[in-house]
Amino acid sequence: MATSLKCLLRSGKQAVLVVGRRAFHRSSPAAVQVTVRDALNQALDEELERDERVFLLGEEVAQYDGAYKVSRGLWKKYGDKRIIDTPISEMGFTGIAVGAAMAGLRPICEFMTFNFSMQAIDQVINSAAKTYYMSAGQQPVPIVFRGPNGASAGVAAQHSQCFAAWYAHCPGLKVVSPWNAEDARGLLKTAIRDDNPVVFLENELMYGVPFEMSEESLSKDFTIPIGKAKIERQGAHITLVSHSRMVGHCLDAAAVLAKEGIDCEVINLRTIRPLDVECIEGSVMKTNHLVTVEGGWPQFGVGAEICARVMEGSAFNYLDAPVTRVTGVDIPMPYAKILEDNSVPQIKDIIFSVKKTLGV
Amino acid sequence: MKPLMLLLFLLANFIRPFFFTCLKKSDVFKLDEAPATEVVMTRDEGLQYYRTMQTMRRMELKADQLYKQKIIRGFCHLYDGQEACAVGIEASIKPTDHLITAYRAHGYTLTRGGTVKEIMAELTGRRGGIAKGKGGSMHMYCKNFYGGNGIVGAQVPLGAGVALACKYKGSDELCVCLYGDGAANQGQIFETYNMAALWKLPVIFICENNRYGMGTSVERAAASTDYFKRGEFIPGLRVDGMDILCVREATRFAAEHCRSGKGPILMELQTYRYHGHSMSDPGVSYRTREEIQEVRSKSDPISLLKDRLLSNNMASVEELKEIDVDVRKEIEDAAQFATTDPEPPLEELCNHIFSNNPPVEVRGTNPWAKLKSVS
Repeated sequence: MATSLKCLLRSGKQAVLVVGRRAFHRSSPAAVQVTVRDALNQALDEELERDERVFLLGEEVAQYDGAYKVSRGLWKKYGDKRIIDTPISEMGFTGIAVGAAMAGLRPICEFMTFNFSMQAIDQVINSAAKTYYMSAGQQPVPIVFRGPNGASAGVAAQHSQCFAAWYAHCPGLKVVSPWNAEDARGLLKTAIRDDNPVVFLENELMYGVPFEMSEESLSKDFTIPIGKAKIERQGAHITLVSHSRMVGHCLDAAAVLAKEGIDCEVINLRTIRPLDVECIEGSVMKTNHLVTVEGGWPQFGVGAEICARVMEGSAFNYLDAPVTRVTGVDIPMPYAKILEDNSVPQIKDIIFSVKKTLGV
Repeated sequence: MKPLMLLLFLLANFIRPFFFTCLKKSDVFKLDEAPATEVVMTRDEGLQYYRTMQTMRRMELKADQLYKQKIIRGFCHLYDGQEACAVGIEASIKPTDHLITAYRAHGYTLTRGGTVKEIMAELTGRRGGIAKGKGGSMHMYCKNFYGGNGIVGAQVPLGAGVALACKYKGSDELCVCLYGDGAANQGQIFETYNMAALWKLPVIFICENNRYGMGTSVERAAASTDYFKRGEFIPGLRVDGMDILCVREATRFAAEHCRSGKGPILMELQTYRYHGHSMSDPGVSYRTREEIQEVRSKSDPISLLKDRLLSNNMASVEELKEIDVDVRKEIEDAAQFATTDPEPPLEELCNHIFSNNPPVEVRGTNPWAKLKSVS
């Protein structure tokens, strides 16, 4: 508990420092500190208010205020009709959510963690993702599946899997993975307003991390387009592409490397599917070097896809070295802290990989 | 010549506009009342039921033919023998109500508003198909009809979700949610029973028990074959699914239950399919030809209705024959269309991935194949 709090504060502090140092980040004088959790909460609140067809269902989302408090206060404000506590029946309630979407509502289906979505994955893929196609455009499914994804702290193998690659494999889904509070807010609003099934991968360790948010990003109609990556840090020597929590790690690594004269460009994917290949290619054509960083397992993962796409496209000829993937270790997540810490990419792993790729 | 004969016949026999009958009583579970057993069927109703059931029958038999000619491919699960279920249910719900079923769906596509032409063209995979050739036998949709679902049991939570939407919107609409005796053992169905009862969702769960889940008889699959009781805390009815009036009355009863806000109800329809599970299954390795023949001769839903119409002077043999001829022609025309309509254009391959979306590029089979997808 104490360690995760320290970790939180540390990465939070880093985030603030990095935010201050980022040349690209425009913040108005009246900027506010908002945690990712609160950004999600506000986005949910505003979208529930904006469209009465929107409703939230999942385990503990109502009276418990959310297992991770993301839906705090919503049940009190909107009541039983719009914020629904479900029994522990993932396959059942996910199917119910999809059916409600087919009948014209706009459900937000929360998985307590995406690990539990595996029990319901048939409903996500076969009932939600494929239906618009199978019906030749007659039956849209406007639904958002959201919840924490990937590694947490000390929750061991069955509760730490990253599902980005699993869901991003499937046509008919949009898969989104926000990093900071602005991402969380803007992307969730867009996801809820999208008429298609969106898998919204949050990160439990990011919930408590505060970020500066501009006035513009706090407005009720602030949305971030799905399918567009963001260059969080401009650089000339090497491109780092990442999503979710690892974006913070990349920025930290970039800060350290800058002291050694290595200038990193850091791309925050924001969306996994559809992948913003153009942004990656544009960057690679400038820096000639690419490192992908993700928390998930290496085989058939997000980094693997980026490698393939870069090879197939215009940026290949600009590479001065093969693309490097930094990933989680190819094992089920262990419990002991020392083992867990060494199962996911650390900042030193990113720094090491950058230097190797640059041949320095 | 024909109208004259009809007139003479009418004069001779006095066609009755309606009749009054007593049906077999349905078994009930956790219910104080039961569906009506003394019912009225008007002549118009009778003729309409006859026509629809006959259309359904002929359509399925034509599909059998086309499948054997290899004009229909893949999966084809035929509904002949079960017509009274689809037609009886539709007789007691409104077009504004909702319905979802599994893959034995051609009959329901018809009753819910699809035309024979577009159903057959979907089976043959043509652009005039109800899903433009993209869905096939198991994925047909129309207004307030949510398919056509290939994954056994998955349609049950979906149906409850549709019912949730009905309740959420404050309408008096309900959802009829069908599954088979095989699917009845799926866990997600029990999860759905629980939530539907907990939240009092306006859903009529209907188990079409045709005695066999593919090649497995009910006795070999279920510890309890009282499917109408499997909802435990949900009231249930067991109904003769071969008698269209029994199905109609039970559905009327169930619909009233839902619309009065009492929550879900479960109906088991005892029915039978003449064909095997699908066209790849001859259907005689797990049941005897004698059994099939016995059902055909004693309980055929169309014959039962026909006997009622004739023996009660509600229609003449001539009249019914005329309907048969009409139906045959409709099926022939539809088959003609279904075999001559062109296949969907390749340009449509990647369309309909996303709704209300700007056009996107889709990767083809190789990196140079950049295909276009519009909503």
